Amino acid sequence: MSANNELIPHLFRTEFSKITAVLGKSFGFEHIEVAEDIASDTFLLAAETWGMKGVPDNPVAWLYTVAKNRAKDYLKHHQIFVDKVGPGVKQSSTEGYEIEIDLSAQNITDSQLQMMFAVCNPLIPAEAQIGLSLRILCGFGIEEIADAFLSNKETINKRLFRAKEKLRAENVRLEFPAPGQVDKRLEAVLTTLYLLFNEGYYSLSQNTTLRQDLCLEAMRLNFLLVDNKTTSKPAVKALLALMCFHASRFEARTGAEGELILYDDQDPALWNAELIQQGKYYLNLAAEGNKISKYHIEAAIACEHTVKADVPEKWQNILGLYNQLLFIEYSPAAALNRTYALAKADGKEIAIREAEKLKLVNNHLYYSLLGYLYTGVDNERAIAHLNTALKLAKSVADKVAIQKAIDRIE
Amino acid sequence: MKEFLLIYRNVPPTGDAVPTAEELKDISKPWLDWMGSMGAQNKLANVGNRLGFEGASLRGDLVTDGPYAEIKELILGYSIIKTETLAEAIEQAKGCPVLADGGSVEVRAIVPMNS
Repeated sequence: MSANNELIPHLFRTEFSKITAVLGKSFGFEHIEVAEDIASDTFLLAAETWGMKGVPDNPVAWLYTVAKNRAKDYLKHHQIFVDKVGPGVKQSSTEGYEIEIDLSAQNITDSQLQMMFAVCNPLIPAEAQIGLSLRILCGFGIEEIADAFLSNKETINKRLFRAKEKLRAENVRLEFPAPGQVDKRLEAVLTTLYLLFNEGYYSLSQNTTLRQDLCLEAMRLNFLLVDNKTTSKPAVKALLALMCFHASRFEARTGAEGELILYDDQDPALWNAELIQQGKYYLNLAAEGNKISKYHIEAAIACEHTVKADVPEKWQNILGLYNQLLFIEYSPAAALNRTYALAKADGKEIAIREAEKLKLVNNHLYYSLLGYLYTGVDNERAIAHLNTALKLAKSVADKVAIQKAIDRIE
Repeated sequence: MKEFLLIYRNVPPTGDAVPTAEELKDISKPWLDWMGSMGAQNKLANVGNRLGFEGASLRGDLVTDGPYAEIKELILGYSIIKTETLAEAIEQAKGCPVLADGGSVEVRAIVPMNS
């Protein structure tokens, strides 16, 4: 039984999304809920049967066989469905409607990639794209998704329902984009994977395991893209490099009570050398073609951070990279980080002048930065800024970090 | 928000000493930092480009090759910034490193094609 208790959740995580993707591909995206239901039923039946009769020799093959049979049953019992979908699926000569469900490794991967393109679609809001990805591509439960978004099941259910309706209405198909469209469509997919990773990395959720799972899923999906010839573009590799560098600090950035440990206070001995190595590997692979994406630059910055020593050259490089990042795209985070790098590279005086120009008056990180810059220059002003930051900060972790900075000055 | 084109001009460097990588870094840092500063203020619409010395000028039937020996100042490059007013654009332009080097910046309002 205990093997069963651990095995099923594990298999659910790895196989649910594969079965859903393959069935979704066979039925068409408009019937995605049927695919999800059949995949869910398969696991319910596994829990019942394996609990009584024990785990079969090849659990994955068992799941696939059951899923196939359920899909066939469904087709038999739903005449309308058959009429609509039937002509599209292969018919055998002996039986009336014999659906060919291809659960080969190749078709699983293709179906998952095509599902990724279908779900990561700017037609629906970014958070709906992430939610659907988590549900369909990563096999997350609604409750887990709600937890990750600090929301509730009802809201998430509504959000996913509306998103699927929209994609159906727009007649979204499960197919690879046309060759000329790959780059543009990939952009949307990468944005979603980037947000998915960040959702895990920077989430306010207290559930550390869940947060790491989000990051690992983003990496797994990103890896599928890197591993496929059509989608293995430089920006895809750069994003995977970025994720590897960030992920290398998982262990170092979380304290014993789940609290966030900031970069400066991290123990580099806890950084994962293997992931850093992989990050460098993919960043090297990403250095082809002549287009530099924001992922290239962010990965290069993360790579600079894998050396902890504060040599001036490091900060000059990071400053230069943040400048480049801002040439491509503005974001408040890039503006703040650039100013921090400027202080490290060229001193606080010039950084204070630059920081005063940013005027990000609703952002607690802005006042934290000003607090840092004024510390040791004008401590009274530093504390005033940090107090503003304390008022604006929402998460407990942020408040604790700001209070620490204030205590350090006093 | 309006967009303004910044046009950078200066006399071309004399002599043919090719700057070393280290010297190039020293030359480009103030430029990159200045543009990075505008980017951080969300006032950079398009970082623009530097212009090379290869080129020609056409007037009537006459085509003149570079390097424009008779012209004192060359256009070195351009960027597009976005600010509320011309005054604000001028304020931004005051930080341009070309000014410290004896060059000039021209600030011009961009009029969209469809207006």
